[in-house]
Amino acid sequence: MEACPDVLDALCPLHAILDRRGCIAHAGPTLVKLRPEDTLPGRDAFEVFEVTRPRALAGIDDLFAHARMRLHLRLRAAPRTKLKGVLVPLPGERGAILNLSFGISILDAVRDYALTNTDFAATDLAMEMLYLVEAKSAAMEASRKLNLRLQGAMIAAEEQAFTDTLTGLKNRRALDHVLARLVERGARFAVMQLDLDYFKAVNDSMGHAAGDHVLQQVARLLVEETRAADTVARVGGDEFVIVLGEPGERDQVAHVAERLIRRIEEPVFFDGRQARISASAGSALSWDYARPDPARMLADADRGLYASKAAGRARHSFAAPDG
Amino acid sequence: MHGLINRAIQCFVADTYGRDAWIAVTHRADLGFSEFEAMMTYPEELTPRVLDAACRELAKARDELLEDIGTYLVSHPQAEAVRRLLRFGGVTFLDFLHSLDDLPERARLAVSDLVLPALDLVEHRPGHYTLHVHAQQEGFGPVLLGVLRAMADDYGALVFTELRPAGPGRDAIEITLYATAYAEGRRFELGGGAG
Repeated sequence: MEACPDVLDALCPLHAILDRRGCIAHAGPTLVKLRPEDTLPGRDAFEVFEVTRPRALAGIDDLFAHARMRLHLRLRAAPRTKLKGVLVPLPGERGAILNLSFGISILDAVRDYALTNTDFAATDLAMEMLYLVEAKSAAMEASRKLNLRLQGAMIAAEEQAFTDTLTGLKNRRALDHVLARLVERGARFAVMQLDLDYFKAVNDSMGHAAGDHVLQQVARLLVEETRAADTVARVGGDEFVIVLGEPGERDQVAHVAERLIRRIEEPVFFDGRQARISASAGSALSWDYARPDPARMLADADRGLYASKAAGRARHSFAAPDG
Repeated sequence: MHGLINRAIQCFVADTYGRDAWIAVTHRADLGFSEFEAMMTYPEELTPRVLDAACRELAKARDELLEDIGTYLVSHPQAEAVRRLLRFGGVTFLDFLHSLDDLPERARLAVSDLVLPALDLVEHRPGHYTLHVHAQQEGFGPVLLGVLRAMADDYGALVFTELRPAGPGRDAIEITLYATAYAEGRRFELGGGAG
């Protein structure tokens, strides 16, 4: 049987016909395209290709001994493209056909050698492979962008879920998180419950818009009068909780409360009308407890708050932890 | 309808007539959002609603708008990925025509839930073809007409095409190919895409 070069050129354009000494007798058109500078016919196949697997092939006889096995090869000259191949001897010791393919290196190969559809056999799946890689990359990119947008939306949603929408303060959920974190850390902190006094009168006489405005003003000054490490939360209509981290001593907590109440008492103007309110507060201190518990501290602070209201409002009280 | 198709309509309007025009279309269609996500699926009735709104907003006939979308998909730089994937169909415009039968399957290989219309190319005699388009929804025929005309330009081929409606969801595009290499087409390199 003759090796018919023109048949092989069409069926497997990336091939070489070797003579019995292992020299290239004919190179398929795509192989020629990989080595435009070289004249391949006449050259020793072993000089052109390096066999990387099986390892340590000593020479062309060794290569012939590995006929019909999967070969991993590499072009010796840059860009040292990796190839897969199989060597099939021609009958009568008249040499062999070395058929090659790019395998996974196809993406680099089409770029490095500017290959086109016509460089591949009609039956080669290379085009489908290239198409798939490109189509999948585009689809992946679209999915990746969607993931990023969804992640952004999730973060925004979580943010909102921890925020009181009217005042921008933290909400009850956020407060629970903050208190749990402080207890975990064994931090020293104070919990202050603060209710507005006479707020209902503002709402009733001046309307809800005025009431909302007052709440926003109170929220603003509570944030102003506390430190960044403190937490201000709105937990009900006109009920606030302030968590003071490392607040110093008992007196200093009382001092902060007094200052907040005095600021809240400053008149607020809405539509040219003046709204006057005040606030009552009660606090609990973490260091009054052997094992501080957020729910219990909030309840105790609440009792302090009611003591303040009972004593005539516009003041602050501590509740004894075991009272 | 698949997000990719809805998003194609969105990108066509926004890239051709500006972002404001697209926002106006979403209002007219009472969409409630302004961005279609390419990788999500939307209720079927949304697409015709958006198309109707776009036709009114841009004062264009439905078929004209759809054909423009087809042209946009092939020729606008923002949609280069689509052109490249279509060019994988073959070296010449004729190869490309013959590859259209595979297009729905190719699309499904890339995005498994993207359903494109069934395409069937019939050769009457050399140079004369009919492309039968068969879809679940209306409107793919004119889009394909736009795609074919733009792809002919892309390959540098000289063709004459005519759309013939053939029943609900069915269209036939008559194609006369005068020259496969009439003008210099646009370059296409296999390795020029991803990465």
